[in-house]
Amino acid sequence: MPTRLEMGSAGKLGDAGRSMRRAPSAAVAAGLATVAQPVAVSRDELRSLVEAVIGSLEGDLTGSDLKLYTELEALARFIQTAKQEIAAVRPDTIRTEDIPAAADELDAVVGATEEATNLIMDTCEQLQALAGGLDEQARTQIESACIRIFEACNFQDITGQRISKVVRTLKHIEERVAAMLDAFGDEIARLQAQQPTAPASVPPVKSANADSALLHGPQLPEDAKRQDEIDAILASFG
Amino acid sequence: MAVDKNMPILIVDDYKTMLRIIRNLLKQLGFDNVDEASDGSSALQRLRDKPFGLVISDWNMEPMTGLQLLKEVRADAKLKHIPFIMVTAESKTENVIAAKEAGVTNYIVKPFNAETLKQKMVAVFGNF
Repeated sequence: MPTRLEMGSAGKLGDAGRSMRRAPSAAVAAGLATVAQPVAVSRDELRSLVEAVIGSLEGDLTGSDLKLYTELEALARFIQTAKQEIAAVRPDTIRTEDIPAAADELDAVVGATEEATNLIMDTCEQLQALAGGLDEQARTQIESACIRIFEACNFQDITGQRISKVVRTLKHIEERVAAMLDAFGDEIARLQAQQPTAPASVPPVKSANADSALLHGPQLPEDAKRQDEIDAILASFG
Repeated sequence: MAVDKNMPILIVDDYKTMLRIIRNLLKQLGFDNVDEASDGSSALQRLRDKPFGLVISDWNMEPMTGLQLLKEVRADAKLKHIPFIMVTAESKTENVIAAKEAGVTNYIVKPFNAETLKQKMVAVFGNF
């Protein structure tokens, strides 16, 4: 004859249910309804009820599932942190300000070296013309020196090609940053609004505008003032 | 047979500075009859308009590279006999092989000097 157990309330059984942190199945709910009031439950009925609860969990949450969910959660946190750090370095300004500014500076380097190289070659040609009026030994020496200067001017072509490669690389980076921003949609802008300053682990990117705080370093040609303009400004102070 | 120092030479480069350097080095070697082209297409047109004794071309040009120009020259029955010296900063083995397979006469790596240019021209035309 089965021993009858007194069940005072559903709370006793509910402890097990809460530890499983899931909604009961219909069978379990029916069982819970049965024990919702103080009733006598037979051992067989209780066994049946527990088996129903365990059975309802089968296939839902195994140990490997739990490990997988934990890993996924860690991954999600990592991605979120990465997004925040990306937002902190302000990739939009890298694309719209920093990279174009760097490309402009490099273009200016090429332009300046080309200008200087042509001036050097102009001067060499003047020397060669002047050497025509000298005796043969002096003329030969000057011709030889001028040729060495012309040979050295090769550097400008090589430098220009190398800088062009750097500019192409910057352009590629700019495109990848743009693609990344497109992939994130509005999320980067939202994160930037939430976290306007970079975290300590991510150094802030120097803005092109930061140059305004520096007195050293050449300006781009279109921004630069000529010496006579500077003199005029100074003269205007009287 | 002595080389004709008055033969027309076409130099091709999209960098004006480089054209000027090569022109001056050729002048130093005694070659004054030099024409210039700033890209492969205009070089090809000049070659078809006037007989040249030598082409000295940069490799790195757009849209037609020096290699493409070389292939066009070698594919043209009237031009394919013209000696073609490639001047380039690209000294990778595969590039040299590609140029050789396309029929390049000689190959100069930048930066170069008047002596190197002379050596390559001697290799093409004999001593001068």
